[in-house]
Amino acid sequence: MSLYCDTMIYKNLIPIYLKKVFNEKLILMIAVLFRWFVSLHDYSGKSKTPMYGDYEAQRHWMEVTISLPTTQWYFNSSDNDLLYWGLDYPPLTAYHSYLNGLVFKKILPESVQLNTSRGFESKFHKLLMRYSVLIVDLLIFIPAVYWFFRQFFKIKNNNQLSQTMIIALTLLYPGIILIDYGHFQYNCVSLGLFVASVASMFANKTILTCILFSMALNYKQMELYHALPFFFYYIGFVYEIYKKRSFFKALKTLSILVLSVTITFLLLWLPFISDPKQMFQVIHRIFPLERGVFEDKVSNIWCLINVLYKLRDINNQTMATICLLTTLISVLPTCLDLLKNPSKIKFLLSLINCSLSFFLFSFQVHEKSILLVAIPVLMYAPQNAFVCTWFLSLTTFSMLPLLIRDNLLIPFISLSLIYFIVYNNIEKLMLQNKNTSKLHLLRNLSLLGCVILTFCTLTLKPPQKYPHLWPLFISVYSCVHFFLFLIYFNFSQLMLNIPKKKLY
Amino acid sequence: MASSLHVVITCLKLLLLPSYYSTDFEVHRNWLATTYSLPVSQWYSAKHSEWTIDYPPLFAWFEYFLAQIAAFVDYDMLSIHNHNYSSDATIFFQRFSVIITDFVFYYGSRKCAQSIVLLMKSTKNKKKKYLDESKISVFVIELLLTANVTLLLIDHVHFQYNGFLFGILLISISHILKGENYRSAVWFTILLNFKHIYLYLAPAYFVYLLRHFCFKKKIRFTLIRLINLGLIVLSVTAISFGPFIFNGQISQVFKQLFPFKRGLSHAYWAPNFWALYNTADIGAKVIYKDYDLIKNNNSVSMTRGLVQEFEHTVLPSITPQITFILTIVFMLPCLYKLWKSNSNPIDFVRCLVLCGLTSFMFGWHVHEKALLLAVIPLTLLIFTSTNDCSMFSMLSIISTYSVFPLLFKPFEFITKSLLLIVNVSFLYNTDRFKSLNRIEKLYLISLGPLLLLTDVAWMVLRFDQKYPFLPLMLTSFHNSTGVFYCWIKYYLYYICQ
Repeated sequence: MSLYCDTMIYKNLIPIYLKKVFNEKLILMIAVLFRWFVSLHDYSGKSKTPMYGDYEAQRHWMEVTISLPTTQWYFNSSDNDLLYWGLDYPPLTAYHSYLNGLVFKKILPESVQLNTSRGFESKFHKLLMRYSVLIVDLLIFIPAVYWFFRQFFKIKNNNQLSQTMIIALTLLYPGIILIDYGHFQYNCVSLGLFVASVASMFANKTILTCILFSMALNYKQMELYHALPFFFYYIGFVYEIYKKRSFFKALKTLSILVLSVTITFLLLWLPFISDPKQMFQVIHRIFPLERGVFEDKVSNIWCLINVLYKLRDINNQTMATICLLTTLISVLPTCLDLLKNPSKIKFLLSLINCSLSFFLFSFQVHEKSILLVAIPVLMYAPQNAFVCTWFLSLTTFSMLPLLIRDNLLIPFISLSLIYFIVYNNIEKLMLQNKNTSKLHLLRNLSLLGCVILTFCTLTLKPPQKYPHLWPLFISVYSCVHFFLFLIYFNFSQLMLNIPKKKLY
Repeated sequence: MASSLHVVITCLKLLLLPSYYSTDFEVHRNWLATTYSLPVSQWYSAKHSEWTIDYPPLFAWFEYFLAQIAAFVDYDMLSIHNHNYSSDATIFFQRFSVIITDFVFYYGSRKCAQSIVLLMKSTKNKKKKYLDESKISVFVIELLLTANVTLLLIDHVHFQYNGFLFGILLISISHILKGENYRSAVWFTILLNFKHIYLYLAPAYFVYLLRHFCFKKKIRFTLIRLINLGLIVLSVTAISFGPFIFNGQISQVFKQLFPFKRGLSHAYWAPNFWALYNTADIGAKVIYKDYDLIKNNNSVSMTRGLVQEFEHTVLPSITPQITFILTIVFMLPCLYKLWKSNSNPIDFVRCLVLCGLTSFMFGWHVHEKALLLAVIPLTLLIFTSTNDCSMFSMLSIISTYSVFPLLFKPFEFITKSLLLIVNVSFLYNTDRFKSLNRIEKLYLISLGPLLLLTDVAWMVLRFDQKYPFLPLMLTSFHNSTGVFYCWIKYYLYYICQ
């Protein structure tokens, strides 16, 4: 036995050594380094007239918000053509654009000139835009990740990974780096606020949780994917108080929760609530029912069904109702279970299940929305690193068609390879389970499928009749995986037994 | 594990693909075009561009070979009439060729790391935990070599082919470490025929092979070995220079290889003795209240590698002969020491480092990249003694910092400074700084404020229009004091050990 141990240690000598060397500070620097390296590459819609891409959208919002009064931000006018990247995110995004716009106006005024600056591109502008992402990432997302895992490791101790390892896996996760620093978006803000709100929940700071999550919701409405677990957790939480203490204690907690959410919302919507017309216009912009059930090729159920039966023929109203119903049915088990046992670990699993259900079944899903699933999975990863990293590899892969369109193939391949190698070295240090070899084989086969599909996409020309053959294959392949993962995560949430005294 | 290290490093290099590249990119593209389009006899006399080949023939053949592949990628890059041609395919091809040829460097560093650790094992008494230590030592040496930040910045941002050349050097060193001297000689001669800057290291090779290989058992001189070595050197050189001798081009080749028309210092002064000398000259000028000459220097664009001379006004001007004599004089003591030492290959590596450093300190028209000639062999010694280790940590950081002025574009500011910080914290976490004394630590820390002053404050205060040359002068003065200190300290350590 001791001989076996010795050989095991000998085999893993270098990972053990690296574990000693790579502390949290070094991980942070390497994470920033990779973010910057991706920044060097192209952004979405570079020099693609007339609509460009998300990069231009963000620039356009700066232009609109600093040039027009708040009341006109969401309205169509001669100065604000809503068909050209009209603002379709909640107010906090608009405020962020406004702040960015002020800085840009100071440094590079011609980039935010009303109307004349459309499609403005320059090397220096790209630099400023990349800096603007890096700054909010350093201020919001990265500290939130550190805070969350510090809280997480205070509560749970039967983890497979150490704190440094999981922070490395989170900060090096390719999906968010590629979308924020390559494609160009500010997901790090909404996701960072979301991670911070979960962290403060783990630290038992109820009011702060409500404020932070309301802010996340007001940055991107897609954070609604995460809203149900918060709701059911706190309902269950209040109910527990009612059972164990008294009715008044429960009522007090409930009113604190409601008040902090309402006040945050009121403050953030302050310029828009005076006039109901304003409010409805903002809401109409945020939830655009007139767009289709999905865009491009998304790895969700509707895109899969669309192969056999053309869903676009159904009118949007009916389709939205169908989506709503199926989504509600699929989130029901996880939400009810959370309501019954509001524990923190179940809450994390419920976040995964809800967001994945929303991604698979809801209306108007983007391929980038998979990041909303990936972040909760990362937060749960210390408990089940193997399945979580497998899932994460597939999330990055599912965005491949988008990344190829943005000319981000090289960063995609590099970061995915590095991520895989980092995880493999971490795995050598984990306590090995007895019969994982079969699962490993399965995982390797599934990842091999990804590699083969990537290779086919790059080398083989699709037949004339089906020009979108490879993107379709990619989305079907990932969708099947996601569906199976949904069943797996639901199963693990429902089977998880929480001892009564450890409830919250 | 080690192979995954190579994958990670290669991925990093791929990520750097869209970075800024210097005029060296156009130089190498032009060489591709020259070797592809012109007959051999015109390679060294082509006048269609200012960038005529100035590397030895094997490198020209290497470019010729690359050009054959490049023809499939983008034929237009091989036209000698396309100046400053940089299509996406060209950038990708050229960058990728550097990344691929770097596998020679990976191979060399693996070989070298293994043989130096094996050598240390035989000199050390056997410990119980030796097995563990040696595996980690090999890994760390390999990591520090393959992930050398200076090399990364020079090859994969600035653009040059140093990686595989250093790979050949390391292969040659590894053969010496194993005692296979003939093979080492073959590789080193090949290296010299790729890039003649490695001539700076040749004295150490010469003395070591003459004294510790040609003298059998330290007394009897065996002529046959000397003749064999001579034959090796001559035959390799004949193969590479042969076609040019045959074509009567040899004088033209040598004119290209040794351009003494260039100035004493490069446009941006490499941090050597002459940087101190130039600074002293300018300082003296300022004291004499003669500002005009500084103003003249302001117009100098440091990004171009073209000829431009720097006239000393107060101190006597330096000629190539003086630098040559100084270099030889300062190399002699360490060569004598190598001659006298018992035939320990580690002493040879130290002497190699000193030869590199000395020629860097006093050479004519030295580039800042030449500091790698000392740093790369020094990496091998980090586990041999604390002195070697502290010298490595100091020199490697200065060498990285000294190439910063080459990468002056705004996007590269974060790239270079973060790479340096990651490098420093890696060395810190592996306890490489423990052996430094307080002054050395303070010196290294002062690089931080210097970077902020020259790159950030200078722009914010809008001094960059008024005094563009001053930050460069400050940087090279600061770095040259560090290199000078390292040179003296390491020299004394080597002589007195």
